[in-house]
Amino acid sequence: MFASRRSVAAIALTIFVVTACKKKPEPAPAPTPAPVAAAPVAPRVNQDSIDAARRAADAAAARAAADAEARRAAAEAASVRSMLAAKVYFDLDKDEIRDDAKATLDAKVGILNLNTAVRIRIAGHTDDRGSDEYNLALGQRRAASVQRYLVSRGIAASRFEMVSFGKERPAAQGENEGAWSQNRRGEFEIIAGGDMLRMPK
Amino acid sequence: MTKRALLFFSVVCLLPSAVFSQDTSAARGVRIGLTYAPGTRPGVFITPVSGANADSVLKILSRDLDFGDRVAVIAADSGDAPTGTLNYPVYASLGAAAVVQASVTPAGSLHIVVHDVAGARVMNVSDIPLPSPALGGEWRLAVHRGSDEVERVVTGVKGIAATRSLFVHEGSLWIVDSDGAQAHAVSGTEGGLSPAWHPNGRAVAYDELANTGHQTIVVRDLAGGNTHRFATRHTLNMSPTFSPDGSTLAFVSGDDGTDIYAVAPFGADSPRRLSVGPGATSNASPVFSPDGKRIAFTSNRLGHAEVYIMDADGTNPDLLTTTLFGDQPYRSDPDWSPDGRRVAFQSQVSGVFQIMAINLQDRGVQSFTSEGRNTEPSWAPDGRHLLFTSTRSGTSQLWVLDTESGRTRQLTRTGGARMGAWSPRLEAGK
Repeated sequence: MFASRRSVAAIALTIFVVTACKKKPEPAPAPTPAPVAAAPVAPRVNQDSIDAARRAADAAAARAAADAEARRAAAEAASVRSMLAAKVYFDLDKDEIRDDAKATLDAKVGILNLNTAVRIRIAGHTDDRGSDEYNLALGQRRAASVQRYLVSRGIAASRFEMVSFGKERPAAQGENEGAWSQNRRGEFEIIAGGDMLRMPK
Repeated sequence: MTKRALLFFSVVCLLPSAVFSQDTSAARGVRIGLTYAPGTRPGVFITPVSGANADSVLKILSRDLDFGDRVAVIAADSGDAPTGTLNYPVYASLGAAAVVQASVTPAGSLHIVVHDVAGARVMNVSDIPLPSPALGGEWRLAVHRGSDEVERVVTGVKGIAATRSLFVHEGSLWIVDSDGAQAHAVSGTEGGLSPAWHPNGRAVAYDELANTGHQTIVVRDLAGGNTHRFATRHTLNMSPTFSPDGSTLAFVSGDDGTDIYAVAPFGADSPRRLSVGPGATSNASPVFSPDGKRIAFTSNRLGHAEVYIMDADGTNPDLLTTTLFGDQPYRSDPDWSPDGRRVAFQSQVSGVFQIMAINLQDRGVQSFTSEGRNTEPSWAPDGRHLLFTSTRSGTSQLWVLDTESGRTRQLTRTGGARMGAWSPRLEAGK
């Protein structure tokens, strides 16, 4: 009887863990102690309380496992999200993708291939030295240049939206090359499919 | 300009300027045409004003005429408004060619008498209704119209005091009177960039930058606040500008390179493309010529930003700013002078933008600024003054430049002002 109850609990735990792996991590629900009501033997008070304690221990273990899995999934998603968000930088008045930017973008390609529901908004930014209006146009070219590169690596063009902020949203303040180089950038924002991000193995 | 004035102007031009500027008797009895010779601004004495809010009226008139840069204002000390016949020889001895005698009537009109000192006679009388409340925005605009009328009577050229400027400040559009008064945000214009006046002075077009980065062209009725947004298939829509007859709105649109499009500003038609690439080229900042037949714009089609001119249908693009001046390959933000003769723009000099203008007849270039970073020129309706953004005071502010005398004045006092757009003359009843 114990064995059968244990195995039921073990199966329930297995199902739960498997489910947790597939589903979006959620606060672990209490495992269903289904067999209790169906127990065919005469009630034995002491034994029941021991069973209850075992069930509670099993549930806690399941919860802990689920929490650990949720943490692992969340960490993986955060890591994916941060790789997707990694900025790329441009030379003055240029929209060409630099070599350092290619490495940053290549890291996104695998992620986008694996997480097919993800859509990205690419925002082009400029430093504050050029014309306000021309910079809006330059930022748009930078965003489009980034998209072209990702499309050339096999990602569908429809998964991107390109916008420009010109010099309107500086990342760094200051009238020096340090600030300017930080501001000539492409930024990435997930606008769809960002719920179950997985890291390519 | 009258035939007589033209005749006089020709005569003045033939005189050696040294003789003319020293021999003031040459100007006696003549009231038009003086202002085009530098250094010969006619003296205008403004007498103390009588009636309600007299001090404010006097202050506004004096400041407007001063800011107009076409007359030399002779300060009126505080005192009583003159009555009876003016003692013209006294005013002549003060260097006044004209005397402005203003009063606010009990009925609430601004009554302005302009006297010709040399001729010892009244040149002009005007009555301008002053709207309530006194000292309010419309009241001030009416007084400015009085100043503009005085300037027209004395110099032959209507002033530009009854104008306003739109600009960008703290993430929305602002508006300010020509004398720097009444600066305030235009409500409902959050995210607004690149304001452009409709020629009727009642509507503005601008680029609305959303937090997503999407940019939409908006046409807004300034008084009522009604708006019309133009849908396009692109995320970037910017740099709107109206044709001089108000029938066409041109703007910039694209997802990669950008082109210039045109659309009826109050209709439902789809925008039509004017400029065509080439390739992923940025075409930006369009502005019509005063005859509406051509468009000046910024383009990087040669690999860096320069100013081009094309026909209004997008054909015959031609490089305007050759690389013969400035040390950096960057010129942008053109604005066509209302007389059609000049295109002002910003050009990098030692890596910093300065305001310049190119004469369309001989392609001669004038450079107007050197202190700080100076950008985004916008012509006043007189084709003589320029509004621009400058960092010369330490923060980004709007300044006004008289392109004839080189005199500048600071228009805004709120740090971060930029993208100024000078209105047309704001006529009464509009």
